[in-house]
Amino acid sequence: MDEQTIEVRRDIDVILARNVGRKMANEIGFGELDQTRITTAISELARNIVIHANRGKVVIREIQKGDRRGIEVVCTDDGPGIEDIEAALRDGYTTAGGLGIGMTGAKRLMDEFHVESVVGVGTTVIVKKWLR
Amino acid sequence: MKIPILKMEDILIVTIQSELTDREIEELSHDILDMINKVGAEGLIIDITALKVVDSFMARSLNAIANAATLLGSETVVVGIQPAVALTLVELGLRISWGVKTALNLEKGLEILRKKKDK
Repeated sequence: MDEQTIEVRRDIDVILARNVGRKMANEIGFGELDQTRITTAISELARNIVIHANRGKVVIREIQKGDRRGIEVVCTDDGPGIEDIEAALRDGYTTAGGLGIGMTGAKRLMDEFHVESVVGVGTTVIVKKWLR
Repeated sequence: MKIPILKMEDILIVTIQSELTDREIEELSHDILDMINKVGAEGLIIDITALKVVDSFMARSLNAIANAATLLGSETVVVGIQPAVALTLVELGLRISWGVKTALNLEKGLEILRKKKDK
């Protein structure tokens, strides 16, 4: 199954990541609305990498579970990590002066959301969306 | 890439035709406000029909442009938000921050600004 990795360092990489995401979502068979949700979620998560970390990557792949198909996006960075994940997932929480809806927004737009973070090491966010 | 800012009577029209990086959005914000200041525009229309993604940064930037334009005496209307983009913005949780006037298309946006002027 298809998989693509986008190295993320600068703001231009955010656009690259979401273009790859949209193309792959389209190929998997997602409709326009879901493509927009997935692309927007990728944009929020990739931007978090640019803002909080020096570098990171976004891996986008097609996934399958039984007869269900979907898309998985794994965002990994070498940033400072998140001290309080619960707080970070609250609406309006921000450490970088944004709207504080990046991560919660991405969570709402996708079907599954998982975050792991180690302070001083980095953060990994995994989101999935399934074809209906 | 410089985004052209058109002037029609006392209204400025900005059409965003491709995806912009964060830096390009910031540059555009500055250029627009500069132009309002220079020509004394009373209205500003930002057409985002071509945008297939509006994330929280873009939304926040559009808000900031509109608020700053108001301070310079110019009313802003954002036009052309695509249906999928609109729904995604709502789901993203933007109810907390979306305060910009919107219209379906350029024509309706101009109508809003003209009506306001005739009053």
